[in-house]
Amino acid sequence: MELLKEREEQIHRTGEQPFTLTCNKDSLAGAVSQRACVFCGSRVVLYPIADALHLVHGPIGCAVYTWDIRGALSSGPELHRLSFSTDLQEIDVIFGGEKKLTNALFELIERHSPKAAFVYSTCIVGIIGDDLEAVCRNVQKEVNIPVIPVKSEGFKGNKRAGYTAACNAMARLIGTGDTTGISPYSINILGDFNLAGEIWMIREYFERIGVEVVANITGDGRIADIQRAHGAALNVVQCSGSTMDLAKVMEDEYGIPSMRVSYFGVEDMAQALYDVAGHFNNPEIMAKTQALVKEELQELLPKLEFYKKALTGKKAAIYVGGSFKAFSLVKAFRLLGMDVVMVGSQTGTEQEYRELAEITDPGTIIVDDTNPLELTSFLEEKTVDIFVGGVKERPIAYKLGVGFCDHNHERKEALAGFVGMLNFAEEVYSSVMSPVWRFTYQKAEKK
Amino acid sequence: MSKNPPNYISTTNACKLCTPLGAAIAFKGIEGAVPYLHGSQGCATYMRRYIISHFNEPIDIASSSLSEKHAVYGGGANLKLGLINVTKKYRPQLIGIATTCLTETIGDDVKMFLNQYEQEVKGEKPTMVEVGTPSYNGTHMEGFHNAVASVVDALAGKKDGGAEGTPVNILPGFVSPADIRYLKEITEDFSLNPTILPDISDTMDGQAAKTYEKIQPGGTPISAIATMGNALASVEFGHTMSEKSGGAILAEKFAVENIRISQPVGIRASDRFFDHLVKLSGLPIPEKHRAERGRLVDSYVDGHKYIYGKKAIVYGEEDMVVGLTAFLAEIGVIPILCASGGKSRKFAEKIAEATGDLLPEQPQVHEGMDFYDISELAESLEPDLLVGHSKGYPLAQKLSIPLIRVGFPIHDRMGGQRILHLGYRGAQQLFDLIVNACIAKKQSDSPIGYSYM
Repeated sequence: MELLKEREEQIHRTGEQPFTLTCNKDSLAGAVSQRACVFCGSRVVLYPIADALHLVHGPIGCAVYTWDIRGALSSGPELHRLSFSTDLQEIDVIFGGEKKLTNALFELIERHSPKAAFVYSTCIVGIIGDDLEAVCRNVQKEVNIPVIPVKSEGFKGNKRAGYTAACNAMARLIGTGDTTGISPYSINILGDFNLAGEIWMIREYFERIGVEVVANITGDGRIADIQRAHGAALNVVQCSGSTMDLAKVMEDEYGIPSMRVSYFGVEDMAQALYDVAGHFNNPEIMAKTQALVKEELQELLPKLEFYKKALTGKKAAIYVGGSFKAFSLVKAFRLLGMDVVMVGSQTGTEQEYRELAEITDPGTIIVDDTNPLELTSFLEEKTVDIFVGGVKERPIAYKLGVGFCDHNHERKEALAGFVGMLNFAEEVYSSVMSPVWRFTYQKAEKK
Repeated sequence: MSKNPPNYISTTNACKLCTPLGAAIAFKGIEGAVPYLHGSQGCATYMRRYIISHFNEPIDIASSSLSEKHAVYGGGANLKLGLINVTKKYRPQLIGIATTCLTETIGDDVKMFLNQYEQEVKGEKPTMVEVGTPSYNGTHMEGFHNAVASVVDALAGKKDGGAEGTPVNILPGFVSPADIRYLKEITEDFSLNPTILPDISDTMDGQAAKTYEKIQPGGTPISAIATMGNALASVEFGHTMSEKSGGAILAEKFAVENIRISQPVGIRASDRFFDHLVKLSGLPIPEKHRAERGRLVDSYVDGHKYIYGKKAIVYGEEDMVVGLTAFLAEIGVIPILCASGGKSRKFAEKIAEATGDLLPEQPQVHEGMDFYDISELAESLEPDLLVGHSKGYPLAQKLSIPLIRVGFPIHDRMGGQRILHLGYRGAQQLFDLIVNACIAKKQSDSPIGYSYM
């Protein structure tokens, strides 16, 4: 396929030339990027905090398209699953929306008694110049809960800028709670969003090795936990794109070190636990970790054999939001005997892409901020058996007669941890091996 | 009546979507078209995701991908660059450009930009149609109807040509691909030559194909739109759109009679539609459709006891709610609340017109509603079933009553694009769904269960 000229430098093929790849730039007009916007970035990071009010200040669309979008589960309150909007009308755009926002905040805070309120700005708010900071400050004086503006005007960058806005908002909460009684062997879990209850599995692993979890940031999150998160001894960051900024702030202000981990795939899950245990340098914790990993692997590995046998030699393509997750997926596919032939993300960094180029096989396509037509040509060129992505990528795979695994916000299967690896194998297997591909023209013709 | 008692100033779980989304779907119903949003990247991506979750089809919506500097200095350059890139990659026949709240508010003059583009860009260019869709003005239905009106205004003419048969225009509004396929079948059975605008029957419910189609085949041909001025009449479904609808423009410009009727949901509304087709074609109702009507009446009789007196809440797009409410009234279900996020100010009147002689008492009818309002009312109304799109599921779950999924979006079930709402066949499917939902509810609530109705 012929590429748009401006897109050429955002695609690299492992081994075919020295590594060069441009990334973290604005999406090209008319290229049909799979990316969303700043608002989206802040919304998906903050919204799993279940006992907060999440009010979108803007016309209805921004709130409605993100209503319960992530399926982030809560073990208690479920305020995050509602979609609140100021639903700005033309008259508000002309005369300003501050009054409406103030009234909406008073109304909703009275109605739901949240532990805090986040107010998200959208494109239009940036244009009409409503002073969110002042509105939030004034309302907070009256209501006795934190009321925090999230500066997430859609056009002010890409999703990454939204992550930063979310972290800045949370940074205002941290340091305001009481930290007495927190164990010296304690962590915050950053960058897990509790899709399909994954954070409950991860928390259980940490509890089993004797590590206290102070705050989940943000899956199944609670305001009070985040307010005392500065009492934890370590920040364990999974989705580094989304929450590394917060970890950095906590390191600067409270001296809390952080480490990057991944809970996807056997190797990375085990490594995450070992890294945390190693950090605390406590023989008992390390011994418990070794026992946990051994126990889980003894259970898991025999079960994986079945899938490996069936899937060995099959080809996989990956396109995800952040590229850190892609590393784990590459390893997970290898564990199943599969070859990864394409890997890309919406918001990866140059360093991440460089590392991907180092670990992937020659000829693997590495791509930043791609679009449906490019994805189509890559999948066709590589004759892929399964494509990992989110909802927007799904019909691309299916129209090409390619299996699909949802590894994004909306998935309902837990893919983290040791059990998650088995679920992942099952899902990949059930798509790749389905007899339905016999009826699609592409596969039928290949035979 | 409209909501908005003084204390209600926020929206919780909206029962509407934003204007550009409707425009994007309408543009998808035109052959060779790519929808294009002039705004920041997020709008296009969010709407794509949302639409995919209903139709399970690719929908490529291009964007100007405006950033902060464009918000300050204007989005003209990016609009033009975007159009050039879309043309290069997709080779579209038409680009349907819809504005967003951002570009409306910074005051981008899309018409002027398009004129500049026309002069600056050499070579073959796709047809451009633009529609203003500030998302703080109306719902996705305004966006949909305004996009249709813009297409008609820009492209409809009185060109010669077109296939044989009596030409008629059908402007069905936002109905399902299955509905549109069926409308084609019906009109063709009357030996009419219909131009259906928009036609999402193939573009949003495509086939498995040998090669990936950049733009899904199907949609109203631009050549057919160019002859809409020759039609004997336009039949336009719905009463809540603005006066300057596609059908109205055709009437004004080309003196094509505009027949505006309710969505043909249920027997009586379908009868009216068929009556018009009889008049337009000069032919009697084809036996096939007569038989379908006959079987439908037969099933109404067979199933009436299981649903008589059941109370229903109906919500969604105003015109669809009007149609569904009339249908429910004719099968003996009592509509107790009709709710929409739209604000046409015609909603209650149209429901009264469609149901007046069937219902001893009118349902509560509210415009500008969200699901918080609907839930609050539902508590005292004690409905037996909900009729509407997927967004009513949390309420159905809370009340443990069945939800009959209709309209858009259906993203918690397969086959949203295949739901038939219109005509005798649509009424048959809805009727069976509703009766069976009531039977299933009774069956599962029964402590012993039973195997016969």
